Amino acid sequence: MKAGEPSAFRYIGKPRRTKEDPRFVTGRGRYVADIALPGMKHIALVTSPHASARIKAIRTDAARAMEGVHYVLTGEELCANVDPLFVGVDAPKVARYPLARDVVRYAGEWVVAVVADTRALAEDAAEKIQIDYEPTPYVLDPEEAILPGAVLVHPDHGSNVLYRRTFTWGPVEEDFASAKHKISFRARWGRSATVPIETFGVAAQWDPGTQLLDVWASIQMPKFPDQTARALRLPGNAVRVHFDVDVGGSYGVKRGIKHTVLVGYLARRTGMPVRFIEDRLENMRGGDMHGPDRIFDMQVAFEDDGTIRSLKIRALDDVGAYAGRSPLQLGKPVGAIVGPYKITSVEYEPISVLTNKTAQEAVRGFGQSPTNYAIETAIDRVARHLGMDRIALRKKNFIAKEQFPYLIPSGSTYDSGDYVTVLDKALDAVRFKDLVAARDAARKAGRLAGIGIATCLEPSGGNSAFEPLFNPKNQTTTWMDSCLVRVDLSGAITGVMNTSTSGQGHETLVSTVLGEVLERDPDTIRVIHADSLNALPSNSPVGSRMAIMLGGAAAGAAKKIRAALMAIAAHNLGVPEASLLYCDGNVSSKAGKSLSWDQLVEIAHRQFHNLPAGLEPGLQAKFVWEVPTGGGLPTPDGRIQMYPCYSFEAHLVLLEIDPLTAQPKILKYLCGHDCGTMINPSIVHGMTYGGIAHGIGAALYEKFAFSDNGQLASQTFMDYLMPSALEVPAIGIVDHCTPSPLTEFGQKGSGEAGYLGAPAAIASAVNDALAPLGQSIDELPMTPLALWEKLQGERAK
Amino acid sequence: MSEKLYPLKLTVNGKQHEAQVPSRQTLVDFLRDTLRLTGTHVGCEHGICGACSILLDGEPVRSCLIYAVQAEGCSVTTIEGLSLPDGTPGPLQDAFCETHALQCGYCTPAMIVASHALLESNPTPSEAEIRDAIGGNLCRCTGYQQIVEAVQLAAGKLAKGAK
Repeated sequence: MKAGEPSAFRYIGKPRRTKEDPRFVTGRGRYVADIALPGMKHIALVTSPHASARIKAIRTDAARAMEGVHYVLTGEELCANVDPLFVGVDAPKVARYPLARDVVRYAGEWVVAVVADTRALAEDAAEKIQIDYEPTPYVLDPEEAILPGAVLVHPDHGSNVLYRRTFTWGPVEEDFASAKHKISFRARWGRSATVPIETFGVAAQWDPGTQLLDVWASIQMPKFPDQTARALRLPGNAVRVHFDVDVGGSYGVKRGIKHTVLVGYLARRTGMPVRFIEDRLENMRGGDMHGPDRIFDMQVAFEDDGTIRSLKIRALDDVGAYAGRSPLQLGKPVGAIVGPYKITSVEYEPISVLTNKTAQEAVRGFGQSPTNYAIETAIDRVARHLGMDRIALRKKNFIAKEQFPYLIPSGSTYDSGDYVTVLDKALDAVRFKDLVAARDAARKAGRLAGIGIATCLEPSGGNSAFEPLFNPKNQTTTWMDSCLVRVDLSGAITGVMNTSTSGQGHETLVSTVLGEVLERDPDTIRVIHADSLNALPSNSPVGSRMAIMLGGAAAGAAKKIRAALMAIAAHNLGVPEASLLYCDGNVSSKAGKSLSWDQLVEIAHRQFHNLPAGLEPGLQAKFVWEVPTGGGLPTPDGRIQMYPCYSFEAHLVLLEIDPLTAQPKILKYLCGHDCGTMINPSIVHGMTYGGIAHGIGAALYEKFAFSDNGQLASQTFMDYLMPSALEVPAIGIVDHCTPSPLTEFGQKGSGEAGYLGAPAAIASAVNDALAPLGQSIDELPMTPLALWEKLQGERAK
Repeated sequence: MSEKLYPLKLTVNGKQHEAQVPSRQTLVDFLRDTLRLTGTHVGCEHGICGACSILLDGEPVRSCLIYAVQAEGCSVTTIEGLSLPDGTPGPLQDAFCETHALQCGYCTPAMIVASHALLESNPTPSEAEIRDAIGGNLCRCTGYQQIVEAVQLAAGKLAKGAK
């Protein structure tokens, strides 16, 4: 097998159906809301109506007295009996519990939980709970929040700044001093999220006999069992998380840790199986799934010929009232802080700020898409400043194919890439000249039309190097993943993975890889999800990592099985292993002697007397894989290898804006995409289409908007607008394969594909459309209203 | 529980059911919790996302916006009723597998219900007609492209079969 040549593979890269789809199309998925435990009770919540207030009294008697109500839990009881949830940076006083105690810090914060026979009864009882609040001052503007004298969201922390550091990599000041041109601008990424159609849900059951808490949850969360156990003050082996629950979409956000600690506590406290399924309002206001909310202050230093010398990036991120891993979303972009460009010095000042808003959590790309948007906006602005073609400018600054592996100033080495070729393939496929002609014709006819371009990186192979970078007390240097492979006595193969799946097709991934290495038909291979007590180490499917990490682990385990079969054959055929040939699972010698798969399996399982010395009987193997290039701690100036592999995407968009209604319409969308070797092209394409749709939402429609008094104004799907099949156009994808030298088959990640470039590309198109008016917008989402206001401003002139 | 119950008679996937239901129970909760037909999903409970779409007397409707008692005497078809008798995928469902028209699968049953209704009334839809028919069903995974392809594929196969 040779990486990068799809024809070299038997199953990898071939158009094959997925293993998962048949159960979903027949309605046989098994989501958390489908799990019915005998005697299960239901939770409803009472939430804060205020952005900030002191809780003076909570009266629960009327609720407790209702028939069918089993328990009413307040923050006072819960906080006394559980430990605070994990905070990603060194800020122990920013304590977060599932329920508020004494004070509330955002509208929608959970205050009381009611357990009843049905969700409807629990809601009835929740309505009977009376809470006296004394509203207190709040802060909503992140820039105001960092000023001296600002209202403090967590007074014990002493400041609203959760994390702030200025990194300087390379001769930034010298480059700025000597460069011919400098520009500066502000770009704003609005608060949006990937908003899965399934809300978060969790069911839990405590068995006092075994002292074991069983958890079924809709999660995509690293270290989830461990964090749950710690918060509940249980040993890790007293929590069993069932990873065989289908997750109805996540794209980063299904963290659910506070939900699970709440439900786990109540299951144990009441002795009853308990479940909590968020309704949409609970999900939108307090579900911990809002994404980055960033103000970028950008400075660029460059020369006449378009050479970009240096960047200064200040990123102020409003994480809301509490923080789990959210501040680390400013850390991941360190690994691709210059995008695909050979910019040799960078200053980066990430600032993570607390405000009285819903807490931010991880969203697809973990902070990379906003940063890509800021970098691409800078490139477009440099082009405009110089009067230079945007494509020529990009090509001038691209890292060249021959320069890989390429070390960027912030310490990450990009593994491989061929940016010019991918962009050229995209330009050809979209017939760029025709695109320009179409835009110009539209403009001539008096319409507003623009072409968008974005060329962005998708760092992949998810490591967690931003943890030690942003918190020196955290010495995490491994983010391993694992696979266990068993060949049973019948000769059938089972792969065991160690986390849950939210649509990424991991069963297809593992079976394809096992089939490839063992030369057995993937359709005959079963893939199951272990529970957390059976599982090998995993860090969940975050950071575009599973093709690399789970795929690599599966390949590693399969190679051990293959080696065992070869050893058994050599021993029984009496010839050296080197003279044997492995084909379709059968092993033969040059002399024509052979042992079939079934015979080898039979020996492994039943015939100890025929096993070579030292080989364990039975036929199973595990492989735990460390992230390639991982393992290091940051240097004192904050240089670190972030992720191992770098996928690339080139987006080209033609968009029109209706001059009367300001409604944007995407007329053409093409994405050139290079994620190395694709394991399953349908899955990669699907994720890319979906990522582009997410990007369209983030660029044009979706925003968690807050009113001046801190109320979430877009808390239903009537206000938080997500693109339907009518807003998302037909999308073209052109594949290219630059294999990664770091992975088994040359694969890179693709779970965040599309989303990492689409917002930048659409913003670029909108601003190209507005350019003839001398207008531009540097704030996402560029809603129809924001566009309309620009057009009105133009008309008023 | 002292909640007053009302009698309900309806047909679901060709099978007659009789039940006593609270007046405030939605049809989707009745289908999922009482009949355990969990293929129909709950997404927003306010009629936007379309994940709870079912066929009510042949028309696609959002079962989160209907009370169970309102379905009195009606014929309901859920995703379970669109599979072949042995539970394996029917032709439209098979087309969804062929084009990988899904990822997490959560919106999928309702997408298939909406697409099924389209093909019943318009066996040869254009791309625009397909997008219009699924325009009330949100999907966050696929960007809709492979769903459109699946419906086109199914339409083509059904047209071939009809000849």
